[in-house]
Amino acid sequence: MSTRRLAKEQPKDFKLSKPALKEIEVWAKKYPKDRRRSALIPAMWIAQKDAGGWLPEPALRALGDLLGMAYIRVYEVATFYTMFNLEPVGEHHIQLCGTTPCWLRGAGELKKVCEKKIGPKGSVSADGKLSWIEVECLGACANAPMVQISNAAGDDYYEDLTEENFGTLLDDLSAGRKVQPGPQNERHTSEPEGGADTLNAKGLYNKVKAKKLPNAVAKKAASKKAASKKASKKSVAKKVTAKKTVAKKPGTKKSAAKKPTAKKTATKKKVKS
Amino acid sequence: MVELLQDKDRIFTNLYGLQDWRLEAAKKRGAWLGTKEILEQGRTWIIDNMKASGLRGRGGAGFPTGLKWSFMPQEVTNRPHYLVVNADESEPGTCKDREMLRHDPHLLLEGCLVASFAMQAHACYIYVRGEYIQERNRLQAAIDEAYKAGLVGKNACGSGWDFDIYMHHGAGAYICGEETALLESLEGKKGQPRLKPPFPANSGLYGCPTTVNNVESIAVVPTILRRGADWFKSFGRENNAGTKVYCISGHVNKPCNVEEALSIPMKTLIEEYAGGVRGGWDNLKCVIPGGSSVPLLPREICDTVLMDFDALREVQSGLGTAGMIVMDNSTDVVAAIARLSYFYKHESCGQCTPCREGTGWMWRVMERMVRGEADTSEIDMLLNVTKQVEGHTICALGDAAAWPIQGLIRHFRHEIEDRIDNYRAGKPVFVSSNIAAE
Repeated sequence: MSTRRLAKEQPKDFKLSKPALKEIEVWAKKYPKDRRRSALIPAMWIAQKDAGGWLPEPALRALGDLLGMAYIRVYEVATFYTMFNLEPVGEHHIQLCGTTPCWLRGAGELKKVCEKKIGPKGSVSADGKLSWIEVECLGACANAPMVQISNAAGDDYYEDLTEENFGTLLDDLSAGRKVQPGPQNERHTSEPEGGADTLNAKGLYNKVKAKKLPNAVAKKAASKKAASKKASKKSVAKKVTAKKTVAKKPGTKKSAAKKPTAKKTATKKKVKS
Repeated sequence: MVELLQDKDRIFTNLYGLQDWRLEAAKKRGAWLGTKEILEQGRTWIIDNMKASGLRGRGGAGFPTGLKWSFMPQEVTNRPHYLVVNADESEPGTCKDREMLRHDPHLLLEGCLVASFAMQAHACYIYVRGEYIQERNRLQAAIDEAYKAGLVGKNACGSGWDFDIYMHHGAGAYICGEETALLESLEGKKGQPRLKPPFPANSGLYGCPTTVNNVESIAVVPTILRRGADWFKSFGRENNAGTKVYCISGHVNKPCNVEEALSIPMKTLIEEYAGGVRGGWDNLKCVIPGGSSVPLLPREICDTVLMDFDALREVQSGLGTAGMIVMDNSTDVVAAIARLSYFYKHESCGQCTPCREGTGWMWRVMERMVRGEADTSEIDMLLNVTKQVEGHTICALGDAAAWPIQGLIRHFRHEIEDRIDNYRAGKPVFVSSNIAAE
């Protein structure tokens, strides 16, 4: 368990801004009427953004009133979930993933960079620009090591970091320069470095594959009519339905549905191992 | 000679986000094609086909998806049915759902509709982990698109079925990936798992019948139904059917995500897609094959093992989420597992004593083992404690904390013993402490 406590010094008062209240109402509408409480976590997140990156205690009470909950129920949620900052943070709050997959690829070195540039874990830099903590797996392990940086503009992942580019990233942030989220090397997302050997077959993205469904014969006449109607409406819809009707060859028996469309031998590429 | 999966048999054709994620582009890739016709086949047909396809849950436990669906009550009473999609992907080593959420959200949404229809649910919640902020914004945008196009909402896809879909998010708690903890969290509470029974199929979200499925399990559904259960079943071995997105991280030359057939040899997977182990296959020390919760496998086993549920079970590990963490010979494997022990200590929800106290205890002992500051008899004591935590907690987090340590002791006991001997002989191994003392 991670032990988390509310900050000792709290502002006297906190009022949620109008846009925040409006946003919380949108969330509250997602749940059944007598279950407004379900919106608590999203509402807290909105309140945290509203309060400048952390959750003061008066904000928690405001949420309790808003959602009709006992304050203690709000406190226990705030102290349970680790993304709620119970103490003030820097303008750019760096959450460094230190779990094994990132650690194997050099998260330890990144920590040293943070310690050098910001200070010990959990601290805010002197100018209030940067703060950092170590967090557990952020789910971008194929792009390790990585950090998430939260600020007023949003919460982005910065992946494929090295000591050098992470240092530059921190410098850019404290200097107020624009930074590019995502992988910090040439990778696009989680494809292998240097480009993927997969998902590049010719025509892959325009070929729509569908199999004949058991009730297709009975429905054929009806679907043809519908197809011609749809075709006049949308050009893309036309493409799709047209291809589908080609796939449905007349006279195919019902049992054809059981036959695998993709022949195993034909579908697989043989590679020397 | 191993056959690799061909592009045309891949379900997630936009895994890397090289194409547009929006509705029009997703339709070109095959999403939302003939959804109405699929629904018109009826729910029995859908569930039977899912059973026939042999799809096993992709979230870690590997429970047959079609069977899970059939546990939902046949008749809807005054309690509505719910589908909840588990996108709280937090297992270290796993980063597949993220790619589906941000690059192929329409496959997921279509799957939600089909699955909800099959289980007579009019509402579906997708619980996205709190940290995936860009991903959840993307998902919300995709939901809005689908509503606008009439694919979900009232009379979804013109099928006559009213279906609402909502995105919900957490705020950074690994335990919320456990299905009942997820439901608690969705109800606006602390994510502490519930006792089972009653199972969610009887009493889940708001006390109503609920099915919780992983993102990948749901997102593959429409494609399976479109292309046929037999097509899906043609990949992998008996009882381990289909394709799966693998995440390969750690000491490989090119870490990546890739969709491949189940039962592909681990060595082929690493060498063909991830550019091989850093320094060559001989430099491999061990692999954690299925996300941090499963025991690691030393190189001798990795040489030949197949990546599927049964093969990995046979070698006392598991497929889990198929998030592979590769470690080469330079790795301090004891420290790597100690870091995982810290992870479980940090993420224990504190509800059951064996886990709350045990995870902390195991972590502290592991930290001493890293330095060698222990007695050889303590290895057995540690092993004994892991056995006492395992199976004595409400959810599987206790097991998940115990297994990596058991795997370490099973395969690398000699390394711990050497370290203890060295420490006693006055030659302690100085490893950079990766966690500040708490």
